[in-house]
This record gives sequence, structure tokens and C-alpha cells, in this order.
Amino acid sequence: MSVLSEGLRQKIRDHFSRYPNKQAVTLPALHLVQQELKCVPTEAVEEVAELLDLAPAQIFDTLSFYGFFRDEDRPLGKKRVWICRSLPCMLRGGDQLLAEVCEKLHVSPGDTTPNGEVTIELAECLGACDGAPCILIDDELKLNVSVEDVLRLAGEGHE
Amino acid sequence: MSEAFEPILLRRVGKPNNTSIDTYMADGGYNGLKKALAMQPDEVTQTVIKSNLRGRGGAGFHTGSKWMFLPKGYTGPIYLCINGDESEPGTFNNRVIIEEDPHQVLEGIVIAGYATRATTAYFYLRYEYGRCYRTLQKAIDEMYAKNFLGKNILGSGYSLDIHLHRGACAYICGEETGLIESLEGKRAWPRIKPPFPAIEGAFRRPTIVNNVETLACVTNILDRGPEWFQTIGVPKDPNNPRDAGSYGSKLYCISGHVNKPGLVELPLGITARQLIDQHAGGVWKDRKAKAVVPGGISMGFLSADELDTPLDFNGPGRAGCLGLGTAAVIVIDDHTSMVDVLYNTCRFFAHESCGQCTPCREGTAWSAKILHRIRQGEGTMEDLQKLDDISKTIGTIPGTTICGLADGAAWPIKNALQKFRPEFEEFIRSGRKSEMREVVLAH
Repeated sequence: MSVLSEGLRQKIRDHFSRYPNKQAVTLPALHLVQQELKCVPTEAVEEVAELLDLAPAQIFDTLSFYGFFRDEDRPLGKKRVWICRSLPCMLRGGDQLLAEVCEKLHVSPGDTTPNGEVTIELAECLGACDGAPCILIDDELKLNVSVEDVLRLAGEGHE
Repeated sequence: MSEAFEPILLRRVGKPNNTSIDTYMADGGYNGLKKALAMQPDEVTQTVIKSNLRGRGGAGFHTGSKWMFLPKGYTGPIYLCINGDESEPGTFNNRVIIEEDPHQVLEGIVIAGYATRATTAYFYLRYEYGRCYRTLQKAIDEMYAKNFLGKNILGSGYSLDIHLHRGACAYICGEETGLIESLEGKRAWPRIKPPFPAIEGAFRRPTIVNNVETLACVTNILDRGPEWFQTIGVPKDPNNPRDAGSYGSKLYCISGHVNKPGLVELPLGITARQLIDQHAGGVWKDRKAKAVVPGGISMGFLSADELDTPLDFNGPGRAGCLGLGTAAVIVIDDHTSMVDVLYNTCRFFAHESCGQCTPCREGTAWSAKILHRIRQGEGTMEDLQKLDDISKTIGTIPGTTICGLADGAAWPIKNALQKFRPEFEEFIRSGRKSEMREVVLAH
């Protein structure tokens, strides 16, 4: 039984014609896998390697370089919320925001809430310093946010 | 000098439907491309050389000269990579220009592609810019429908495809050879240069890597001419034959302790003080600026008495900073501890060092640990000496690393110790702990 569906495999293959070799499809493929499975399991690494004519070690080498990808032991929640702690956000309360959100949700950065709803991450500069403190929800930036905003946007407002 | 400056790069920001190709063309868009396609590719390069455009991504390298490094008469594929990995703390100009006027950037890509005879363009975009990604994809589809991309563009015989390639949240991918390695599907370890990418870049082929804002400048230079471009900014220093000048307008990002953070476009050469007081509503809460980052945190700090420094390609360097960088100005008020600020910058570089070169991997990690110790009230004067040693030995300037990340890590330390040393000494002597909160990583 393969962990990658045929539809997912086809989406990966659709990238082949864009690049002169298949290795360049590594990042696009890992993004597609994590989007669908909320992590990149070891079996998926092996199957992606086979699709791209690479050794699994090559895929794993790239995957592990980017803190972005998760293995099957630490899958992402339904939403992934990145809270920026770099200097422009720090100056306007970013570290405080991160600390309070973690406190309210009883998690540390990198953790997912027990109900699997939301993963909280700390981020370095998200590129929205004009709206510090800012966060990223999945891949949408939200500017000038408060603790309440973060909890609401993360779907963890009030029980 | 700046009161009535008409924005060029930002002229369509906030206009209705500004991302659509129809409104872009109604505003005169794609005229630069049409003019370029009527010239020989080398003439386009000559036009950019004549304008004296310098790269907006941080290094300030002369754009036309970069294109000239490509091998002459090369018959294989040539690649153009667009650096949209903007990750330097304080920097968000690429994001705004892509979200508000994607075609201005995309037009510059086709012009640069034609000039360099590129066969394929890879637009490397940081993952965090999801909205940019979707805006660009839609704009690219519109271009294909109008034959501004694809085969035989507007009957010129020139063909080009643009592929969007998303990053995965790593600062080092903004370094051009790190970007190339990442594009190739590898860990983003910067390459030893030479060979420079123009000789051997993506997929071992000649490659040009240009920043998003640089390409938007190319669009306007082709439309309005190189002479027009040189009427803006700071001319070459006649007493310095090596000075390339600071021509054109620049997107200045202003963040931190100001009343109105945001993006403004002004001629190169505005001072930090003018930027803060006239364009950012002044320092917030009626406070004073203690320190100002002139161009992203890797450029170091200006002190309160250096705020009249012009933010052109030469000004920050004369004040002991690393350079203009990305022109991302971060204002730090006089209620803020420089110990906290420096800890924040050191922590950033420790997090983002790719780990390839030992001096950078160890130097960034230890400087963050030392600053952490100082913040805990457990620092010693010897720690300042250690920080000073690290800042002088890591980077391409002392010659111990492959890329410039470590120079960027070293500069804030250097400037902080030169310009704010008494504050660090007082903090250490007092034995106080920092008041700033910090959460620790779970894993």
C-alpha cells in the first residue's frame, strides 16, 4: 500500500517538465505531500525518491535542512500558526505575543494542541514588519494582531 | 528634496484591480517590454548599464555588469532566477510590490530574460508569501494569454517561460548560490565562488539572479530611458573614480518604534532622520530614537547622533555600518535595551546559519549563548571581549566563510560594542536580568 495517492503522484509528475532534472522537483513534491498528509512520513520519502529517481537519503537530506517539514511523529494540526519574533516584531510585542499564546493554549512553540486543531510555531521575520506584530496562518499573513486575534484566527477563541 | 517626489515603483499601489493585466496596460504597462523587443538584446543590456542601476537585494552590485558576465555566444540554456526570498528582518518591499503591482515585476523579468537570452526563468518566492504566490500565478496566466510569455513573444522570436518555485522558510535561500542549490532540490548551502552563477549557476548552466525590486526598476528604465533614471538619486562622486553612484528611487521599509510604519519610495540619499520624521510620523510615544538599523539587521546600527546619514549606497558604510542592505529601516526607541536588541539579532543569525562553515555555525551560536547569559544577569566583561573576537573573525571580510551571512551576523555585534558599549558594561555590572519575555522551543 503506498502512502502517496495516485492523484498526489500525478501532481508531482506535473512538475517534471518545468525543470531540466527531476531532483529540482524535491521541494515542490515535499510541499505537496505535507499539504495533503500534514507531515512527510518515512514511506513518503521513499516513494518521492522513487518518483524522482533519487536515493531516499537525498530527499531526506533536503527535507531535514528546512525546519519546515514534519515527520510522522509530529504531524501538523489543521492550522499552522507562525508567530514572528524577529526584531521589528519584538519591538512591538512579538515575543510577548508568542509567550501569551503559548500560555493560553498550554503549548510550547512547535507543539500542536491536544485536539489537533492548531500548531503554534515561532518564526523569524515573516516580511510584514509594517504590521508588527504579525503572524502567518498556513501561508496567509495577518498584520497587527493581538493575543485575542491569534486565538480567534486559530479557531481557539472561546470554548 | 523629498517633499514632492512622485512614486514610480509604487505608483499603482492601492488602485482598484491593480493586479490585473488590463489595468496595468491601461496605465502604460508593457511599453518597456515592447521597446526592449524592438532592440537587440545587447542594446537592452547597454541601456541598463548606462542607467547605472545597482541591485536592490542588498549587495548593490551593478546590474548591467552582472548580465555582462554571461559567456558570449553560449548556445545552451541560460537561466534567470528571480530572488523573491526576501527574509532580512525589517524588509517587506518585495511583498508589497508583488501584491500590488505584479506585472511591473513580471515585465522586468521578460526584459531581463530577453537581454540575457535566458531560456527559462525561475521565480524563487519565500513560502510565507502565499498571497504573492497566488497573485503572481494569476498574473503569469494572463501574460501567457496575451503572448507576453511563451513561444515567440509578440512575434519577436524570443520565447520564455516563468515558473514559480516556493521556498521552505530558510533565510539562507536569499543568498544567490544558496537559492540556486535550493532550486535544484538540495540543502541551501551557498557555493564557493568563483565560478560565479553567470558562468556556472543553476543546473550548472550560466545563470543570472536578480532581486524583485531590481527587475521592477528595469521595467521603468526601459520605458523611460537611462537618462531619466539618472535624474533621480545621488550622482557619482567626481573625486572617487570607483563610485558607481546611487541612482534611482528606492523602496524604504520603515518599522519598529515609529508612529507610521510602512513602505515609502524616495530618491536614494534621503537621511534616516528625514525618513523617520517626514515619512513615518516620527518616533512613537514622543520618545527619541536610540538606534536605527539602516538596511536590515545585518547592516548594524546607526546611533542617535548618526541619523543624518544619507541612506544611499555609501552613507551607512561611512557611519561604520555594513552598507545600505535592503534599505529596511528599523527604529529603536530610548526605552529599549540594546542588550535585548543585540540578543534578538544574534538569536536570528544562530537560527538561520546554514551550518556549512564552522566559524559561522559556531560563532553565531556562541554569540547568542553569550548574549543570553548576559541577559540572565550572569555576564562578565570578558563576555564582551569574546563577542568582539567573534565579530572580527567570522565572515567573508576576514575570509573565513563562504557567504556573507556571517558578515551580517558580525556587524550588529561590532556596531553595538562600538557605539553602545557603556550600556552593555552597565548592564553586566548591575547583575540585572532582562525584562523581556522569552519562550523556549519544545523540540
